[in-house]
Amino acid sequence: MAVAKTQRDYFPYLLLVPASAVMLAIVAYPLYETFRLSFTNTSMSPNFEYVGFENYEKIMSKRFPEVIARTFYWMSLSVALKMLIGTLGAVLLNAAVPGRALFRVLVMPPWVIPIAIGVFIWGWMYNGQFGMISGMAQRIGILDAPFEFLAYKNSAFFATIVTDVWIGVPMVTLYLLAAMQSIPKDLYEAAWVDGASRMYRFRRITLPLIIPSIATMALLSAIATFNSFDIIWILTEGGPRNATTTMIIDTYKTAISRFKYGEGAARTVMICLFLGTFTLVYFMLLNRLAKRSPHNAK
Amino acid sequence: MLNKYRWYEYVLIYAGLAVFLTFVLAPFVEAFVVSLRPLSSLFSVPYQFITDKMSFDAYFTMWENVPLLWMYMFNSFFIATVVTVLGLMCIIPAAYAFSRFEFPARNTLLGLFIAVNMFSGAVLIIPLFRLMQQYGLLNTYFAMIAPGTAFVIPTGIWLLRSYLIRIPKELEEAAWVDGAGRIYTLVRVIIPVALPGIVVVSITAFITAYAQQFIYALTFNSVNELNPLPVGLFQFFGRQDVVWNELMAASLVGILPVLFVYVFLQKYIVAGLTAGAVKE
Repeated sequence: MAVAKTQRDYFPYLLLVPASAVMLAIVAYPLYETFRLSFTNTSMSPNFEYVGFENYEKIMSKRFPEVIARTFYWMSLSVALKMLIGTLGAVLLNAAVPGRALFRVLVMPPWVIPIAIGVFIWGWMYNGQFGMISGMAQRIGILDAPFEFLAYKNSAFFATIVTDVWIGVPMVTLYLLAAMQSIPKDLYEAAWVDGASRMYRFRRITLPLIIPSIATMALLSAIATFNSFDIIWILTEGGPRNATTTMIIDTYKTAISRFKYGEGAARTVMICLFLGTFTLVYFMLLNRLAKRSPHNAK
Repeated sequence: MLNKYRWYEYVLIYAGLAVFLTFVLAPFVEAFVVSLRPLSSLFSVPYQFITDKMSFDAYFTMWENVPLLWMYMFNSFFIATVVTVLGLMCIIPAAYAFSRFEFPARNTLLGLFIAVNMFSGAVLIIPLFRLMQQYGLLNTYFAMIAPGTAFVIPTGIWLLRSYLIRIPKELEEAAWVDGAGRIYTLVRVIIPVALPGIVVVSITAFITAYAQQFIYALTFNSVNELNPLPVGLFQFFGRQDVVWNELMAASLVGILPVLFVYVFLQKYIVAGLTAGAVKE
């Protein structure tokens, strides 16, 4: 291109300076710092020593493997529910019925408000003595006594998932809805002319064409869910008895609440390894999808 | 004809929509009802949805318990706005570079930026905390703004880049022929044409910055006057005896302005969401 043809052009690099500066200061340097800290016994005091792999040995021998397993269980369940409910929601909102424009707007609120505010409301609803869910369940007869959802290991685990799903569903729904609407109408018309039923058209046209979008969203959703902090911290702070302590929560408790920066950093390095793997998969998926984009499928 | 439903299909669709929207909206309805009920009736068993003596009292009395509510709302808005503006100052030139110029390592650099998306503030909280402490930046707006900015840049670059690619190159070539400098071309030719894309990027960045301020404020700030809405109200949530009706009233008042604005920006929000996660 004419503008860029000068040899050894420094202009594009110049354009990248502001963004790169922010990234170096806020992401790259802190990442390096984390890596370095993970080999030290740094805490509140200014003195610290390099301790080799001690932090890693410590966390692997303690409850940490359990925390990893719990994180993946929490994440998989949450992402699966988000994708399931989100797909169903998108199908419903895609139906050409009166009022759909309004319904689409009504889906947005949980996603656009500060996460914490939505969680406050759920905190009230989970209240055992006076909350809505326990109260309703007693009225219908599912429960015969007040039930404090956040006080027991199992119920707290699932309660935090439900709230996470509630916050994540709108985004998944709207994204998949947009994917469905980008499918060319003539595909459906041709199938209709050939006498294909609505169910058949959904199975043979809609579903195959939105599978790439579902895959992309599932992966993005997995990354976001893995990083989830606000919901668990506000509802349970990782309790009761660590039942909702994910890797992120465990790291925060170790480093910020107990000032064990070294041990916290070792946990962060583990988190980065997992997140790195997700991202690699994400790039591979994007590459594959770019080669056979749904829009070329017709 | 194609989209004609039979009556039972209408029933099914509306029933499904009702269940779905109930799940999404019930918490807001409950929050509103709770804000209307006097505290004594909230703490009564068995649970009742509607009680007598419902009133808007909590909306007036809450100012005594949450005197800084306006401040929290302002801070939330202020932090998100500054993040968006600073973010745009990084995003626009970077997206321009990635969309228009051939240079060595271009794809690698772009990949590196996108890879930042896998982190959240929660992952980097330890070194960031120590850095802020070291430079005396704890308890400042800056401590809450800087990390937010870093995490809106990758998505922003990706979004705007795919928008800029579609703008014809002849536009710049014409400006080049007319003797315009390159910065001038970017500011006076490209930015005006790319404005719709920039609007989408700004809104996407603002939503992210507005919805995700909790952990930074919780960790880096302990000055109440600087707290954004989520952390400002968290203090009341965490107490032994939560004044639920006032907390719900304050939460609803706090989110009302953005909800109102978002209804009008709906189109752009969805545009940002879809372009952000797909390829081109």
